Amino acid sequence: MSALLEVRGLRTVFHTRAGEVWAVDGVDVEVRRGECLGIVGESGSGKSVTFASVMGLVRSPGRVAEGQIVFEGRDLRALSAREMRAVRGKEIAMTMQDALTALNPALTVGEQIREALEAHDETLPARGQARRAAIRAKSVEMLGLVGIPSAESRLRQYPHEFSGGMRQRIMIAIALACRPKLLIADEPTTALDVTIQAQVLELITDIRARLGMSVVLITHDLGVVAEHCDRVMVMYAGQVVESGPTEDVIASPRHPYTRGLLASIPRPGLRGQPIKPIEGQVPDLIGMPPQCRFYSRCPLRRDACLAPVAMRPAGEGRSARCVLLDEVPA
Amino acid sequence: MKPLLTVEHLSKHYEGRRSLIERMTGVPHTVVRAVNDVSLTVAKGEILGLIGESGCGKSTLGRAILRLNEPNKGRVVFDGTDVTALAPLALKTMRRRMQIIFQDPYASLNPRRTVAEIVGLPLKLHHLASGEEARAVTARIVERVGLKANQLDRYPHQFSGGQRQRIGIARALVSNPEFIVCDEPVSALDVSIQAQIIALLLELKREMGLTYLFISHDISVIGYLADRVAVMYLGEIVEMGPVDDVLANPRHPYTQSLLSAVPEIEPRGRKARVRLKGDLPSPLQPPSGCKFHTRCPLAIDICRTLAPVSEDVGPGHQAACHRLAEGVSLMSESGT
Ligand SMILES: Nc1ncnc2c1ncn2[C@@H]1O[C@H](COP(=O)(O)OP(=O)(O)OP(=O)(O)O)[C@@H](O)[C@H]1O
Ligand SMILES: Nc1ncnc2c1ncn2[C@@H]1O[C@H](COP(=O)(O)OP(=O)(O)OP(=O)(O)O)[C@@H](O)[C@H]1O
Ligand code: SF4
Ligand code: SF4
Ligand SMILES: [Mg+2]
Ligand SMILES: [Mg+2]
Repeated sequence: MSALLEVRGLRTVFHTRAGEVWAVDGVDVEVRRGECLGIVGESGSGKSVTFASVMGLVRSPGRVAEGQIVFEGRDLRALSAREMRAVRGKEIAMTMQDALTALNPALTVGEQIREALEAHDETLPARGQARRAAIRAKSVEMLGLVGIPSAESRLRQYPHEFSGGMRQRIMIAIALACRPKLLIADEPTTALDVTIQAQVLELITDIRARLGMSVVLITHDLGVVAEHCDRVMVMYAGQVVESGPTEDVIASPRHPYTRGLLASIPRPGLRGQPIKPIEGQVPDLIGMPPQCRFYSRCPLRRDACLAPVAMRPAGEGRSARCVLLDEVPA
Repeated sequence: MKPLLTVEHLSKHYEGRRSLIERMTGVPHTVVRAVNDVSLTVAKGEILGLIGESGCGKSTLGRAILRLNEPNKGRVVFDGTDVTALAPLALKTMRRRMQIIFQDPYASLNPRRTVAEIVGLPLKLHHLASGEEARAVTARIVERVGLKANQLDRYPHQFSGGQRQRIGIARALVSNPEFIVCDEPVSALDVSIQAQIIALLLELKREMGLTYLFISHDISVIGYLADRVAVMYLGEIVEMGPVDDVLANPRHPYTQSLLSAVPEIEPRGRKARVRLKGDLPSPLQPPSGCKFHTRCPLAIDICRTLAPVSEDVGPGHQAACHRLAEGVSLMSESGT
């Protein structure tokens, strides 16, 4: 299966007063056609910046310094700002982490969907009544698709008149308005209650199947990944530390961070047993020494980990960034 | 066993603000019934988990129990004393024994006070220690929660979220309390840090013989650490019981849908999903009858007009739903 999106050696830096923050440092991503790829990792591990880089949305003081971003055979980094705008929204769409701030509070929901359609939908009639009618019909259809009832009247309302779950669904409706090939959903459900979260995730999975698009789902909830993603990529401190088919990674994690994370998530099955948290804190990205970034917290660290550690193959379709993989398994 | 804490028919209502015009034209106050007629008990040494969706009234209930906001109705009895009847001075003394750890470690610490001042304040308030002795007690508790004594003179902004929550825990523990309301103490923290704080809270409970009311919206966390659990929906407790029993055999349709919505890491834990219609109703205009009827797939006519009362459904296990006797369940309907 050929990849829809292929990112190689991505490095994105922010210039801050305290120093250079290499928020994304050598990240590879592959998104296949029709699949759902989950991205997990702690706050600040670079999940959002990785995909903001893909979308060409990193702004000063940030900058994509290195790497290739290839979408359907085209190198997105070589595109002009105008060409990139056409890709955004039409071929790749991203829903932002915070639905309330990402929607424009001064425009009705209908106006915001219309903007998206106006910008990208070439199938619309050129002008006049027919164009307006087509936009209206499509808008109603999109809201219906994301499960917002009485769409006709809802189009006239402003974002603050909707609940958190509904706003998240409206963002998805706008992102889907132009039937993108790839939807990047950045923490679409983190701020939502579980019953609403379940509705939104089912909606994404459902639309993915119907429209045959690929989805990147950014989350910090491994349960969400386990239920919705074919493959998963685990990020830590600006790097990918492990990737592979979701079931395999969860059943037998290869990186000590992934292993620690899975062992420390409190759940009813662990009742009565002490949980074993990963000690210590996420390292400061400024002035990171060129060593394994998990070194300070790793129970298995050794001298070999003090040199830069690259991703290595770790079984069928899997890879991980840890020197232990070089040891011949017993 | 005699409970350490008894809450009887507790209600807390917030009055909404009216604009000048609304007041002049006699528009009535809008009232948010954030907590409505809640009764519960917590035994000594127990962890009672409180779960429910955002805005259902969990924090309001926790704070009303400590009278950090005054309940409108009902009683709170702690170790034989009616807390709701205490005069201000007696209440202050009682607060030494009843503490709270707040939801947001960023907002709940005064940015202009050092760790020593923040953690030491209860010692001063309750005249437990002063001067060198207070500093020594403070240093000991700060070290116990995993910070270093040489960090005592630093300010909150110099710490990470997890470290700040440790400061909040030290502040709650320094007066040697017996009961602590833990109001979502880990929700704002990173996954790997959440586990550290949960492990710490469990260790401290064991060492100091503490009793917790543990508020969370994360059912996995409650399933891991609570002895009993209370499920809240729009200000009311709809189901309560031993945690194993409620998780394995939820009886209220809301509990059933909540549990079925939790994403599971292990495939064998996965349940058929119950689909709820609609969003949470506005607490300003709560539905009549059973408050869950606007979203409940099992609702029948009577649910729209008559509020169900809580009844026993097993040992120490209660639920409030009109259809309990019929034995209908969302779990079986969706064919688990
Ligand atoms: N505008 C900015 N200026 C400086 N640093 C930034 C900026 N945006 C992001 N960063 C840094 O980049 C790093 C990665 O941030 P990113 O938003 O990708 O994290 P994330 O994994 O999405 O976290 P979260 O789970 O909190 O959303 C962080 O350390 C952050 O401090
Ligand atoms: N000071 C206040 N004045 C008016 N209404 C309030 C006040 N505090 C809370 N409320 C309302 O009371 C209801 C219950 O709020 P509460 O904070 O107790 O919910 P919660 O269950 O703790 O939610 P969360 O999970 O988001 O913390 C909400 O509708 C809220 O808007
Ligand atoms: S490379 Fe070394 S320090 Fe890093 S995760 Fe592997 S064993 Fe631990
Ligand atoms: S009383 Fe009626 S509406 Fe309420 S939970 Fe039971 S069946 Fe549903
Ligand atoms: Mg992010
Ligand atoms: Mg709360």
